[in-house]
Amino acid sequence: MMGVSGLAGDPAYPPKAPPMPPIPLGKSGARFGKAMNQLGWHWWPSDTTIATTDYEGRARCINLGHCTPGCAQGAKASTDITYWPLAIRAGVELRTRCRVREITVDQHGMASGAIYYDAEGKEQFQPAEVVILACNGVGTPRLMLNSVSAKFPDGIANSSGLVGKNLMFHPYALTYGYVDEPLDGNHGPPLCLWSQEFYETDPSRDFVRGYTFQFGRGVGAIMEAIVSANAGRLPWGEDHHAAYRNLVNRRIGLSAICEDLPEEHNRVTLDPVLKDSSGIPAPKIDYTISANSLKMMNHGIARAKEILTAAGAGNICVESPILNGGWHLLGTARMGTDPERSVVNEWGRCHDVKNLFIVDGSIWVTSGGVNPTSTIQALALYIADSIKQRLANLFD
Amino acid sequence: MPNHNLTAEQVRDFRALAGTIIPPSATYGVPGADDERIFGDVLRSLERDHDDIRQALAHLARLAGGAFADLDPAHRAEIASTFREAGGAPLTALVRVVLLCYYRDDRVMHSLGLEPRAPFPKGHVVEQGDWSLLDPVRNRAPLYRAVD
Repeated sequence: MMGVSGLAGDPAYPPKAPPMPPIPLGKSGARFGKAMNQLGWHWWPSDTTIATTDYEGRARCINLGHCTPGCAQGAKASTDITYWPLAIRAGVELRTRCRVREITVDQHGMASGAIYYDAEGKEQFQPAEVVILACNGVGTPRLMLNSVSAKFPDGIANSSGLVGKNLMFHPYALTYGYVDEPLDGNHGPPLCLWSQEFYETDPSRDFVRGYTFQFGRGVGAIMEAIVSANAGRLPWGEDHHAAYRNLVNRRIGLSAICEDLPEEHNRVTLDPVLKDSSGIPAPKIDYTISANSLKMMNHGIARAKEILTAAGAGNICVESPILNGGWHLLGTARMGTDPERSVVNEWGRCHDVKNLFIVDGSIWVTSGGVNPTSTIQALALYIADSIKQRLANLFD
Repeated sequence: MPNHNLTAEQVRDFRALAGTIIPPSATYGVPGADDERIFGDVLRSLERDHDDIRQALAHLARLAGGAFADLDPAHRAEIASTFREAGGAPLTALVRVVLLCYYRDDRVMHSLGLEPRAPFPKGHVVEQGDWSLLDPVRNRAPLYRAVD
């Protein structure tokens, strides 16, 4: 569906064969590869859903370098050009700019539909035989906690009291430096390589679990100027020009994406005061990076400095945790077989409400030390298959 | 009509400050950030930073005891140095807009060896690289945990 580029043979994974070749190594990738070989550590081109050859009507990547805000080429497999066209063709009606306030229940405790505000802000009710949530680790518990009824006074499907608890992010420790030649800057997709040398638990370390290193290709000219100004590297006055020319397109960096673990005090609740423009109570986040994650980040920073030094970088800088992180929202409606210790069962159905399913990152029980979207997709497809296979006795 | 609500005095101070942050350079053949075209772009690009920038310029005027733009060069440099330390988040926003507009100017981009164009539709060439670098990794034993 999405179209994966990558390279077979990665010893960090069971055998797999991505249908398209990897995105280019480029100058910074080659530097990192040689450095990792020198250190004897694992590295490999990461799988990515960017088409490197023409794929299912999508044109191949031409290294525009602006993957995150959107791909003008259509090479990046965003859902607007993959799942949605097929779903709409199959009869799904997509209503945009709607905001769901609550899930309603009937006298039997089954989900009966959703009350929402439409694009004009008008309240609507959509009846449903099955309700599937996909609002991720903050939006899903917010909606569930806002769905209060006589049957569920603490929020729908919350008999365990775990809806909103165990919020996990991915703490990122970024380390970067500068080399003595121009590299590729922001030309090309930003993530090209990863390392899982430190992914698994190692009893010789003072933390459990581990992290993936994600290697960055570089940043663009404006980003470099702004980030370096904020970090105090870029002087004002005549010296500005020479200093900037030693920075632009010379940055290489890597991030340790750490496997956060569940802790009940990290949680999403409803803000007692704040509401959105529709009057729906807003989520309130309580989160502290754990001692285990902090140790993991510090380990990652120390190894990253070794890698950057081996790659010929100097002027090494650290940003940990990254200031704009916290975008992977996980764990707040966890999956499990025990209704007292989990919110959904092993195929995504809420223990308490047999026609309510969750297919987003909130059902994760740990965070994994990798970007979560592929796994969220895999779980959503698995749950969809489970629903389809059980249609005859779905609510038993 | 200007799409900002800065006073004429604030615009003068802002332009003087922009030129203090990035002056023109004969060595590199580039204009300063107070260049008419670049500073015009700055004034058109304040957007979300409008309030912060007004706050920053008010702070600058207080430090200067009047119009920053009217100070002699030595005094201006002294005040700018103090402002850089004390300006806080509003100054960060101001500097961000100046840098954004400066480093997208065609003349500046040319001087850096960058093509002044949008990435699409031409794209960029990135070296495929030598994938045989992965041979030592390929020959390693599996790193992953087997499924129980």
